[in-house]
Amino acid sequence: MRLEHFQLVDRVEQYDRSAKAIKCRCEVPLESSIFDGHFPGHPLFPGTLMIEAIAQCCGLAVLALHDFRRMPVLIGVDKARVRAMIKPGAVLAVEGRLVQEGSGYVAAAGHLASEGRMAAEAEVRLGTLPFPTEALRAEARKFAQKVGLI
Amino acid sequence: MAEYNQATYDAVADIIAEVSSIDRATIVPDSHAINDLGIDSLDFLDVTFAIDKKFGIKMPVEKWMEDVNEGRAKAEEFFVMRNLVRRIDELVAQKATAA
Repeated sequence: MRLEHFQLVDRVEQYDRSAKAIKCRCEVPLESSIFDGHFPGHPLFPGTLMIEAIAQCCGLAVLALHDFRRMPVLIGVDKARVRAMIKPGAVLAVEGRLVQEGSGYVAAAGHLASEGRMAAEAEVRLGTLPFPTEALRAEARKFAQKVGLI
Repeated sequence: MAEYNQATYDAVADIIAEVSSIDRATIVPDSHAINDLGIDSLDFLDVTFAIDKKFGIKMPVEKWMEDVNEGRAKAEEFFVMRNLVRRIDELVAQKATAA
């Protein structure tokens, strides 16, 4: 997890194109400036970032599904629940499944677990926009290769 | 002036009011979703999602925008409420025919 770059997914463990489902691994760093304030002397991985991890995991599935022709951006979150506290060093298993595709958007449902215990879940909607530049598309491909999506 | 289905209109107006935080009373059949109601492009994606889900359709919004941008159609043909509702009913009917 490169928190300072807002890149939360470390590895795509599985991507099933026909099921439109993805499983990712996210490793919470032991140290980050985020923990300086959240919270002083009691570091916890923020719940908002758990939801973001679910969205990023689903976003990778969208990238693959659209063969890198479209760029996913978060436009909505429903039914978000944070069910456990996550500490630095935790390994998160994040899963997502695309449930509805429309003109310019994808809806997905996902959850995040740590040590087999459900820690967060959410339904997210991602806008699917044309990449504004070829350079950004290339960066997305590079990141997808790095995390094992392609 | 295009006829429209009142029940569809009410459902669509309710969705727009809720998703875009617009006073339901300000939405009228001649409202232009973008110009009059101020729904921006990202908000309209969320409106599209809710309408698709409610009616079990897939509104081809990007195709509509392409037609407008390339001069093949006027925006009001798609985004004025009474026309939007009529197109939704057409999509619902097409789906029923295809089933």
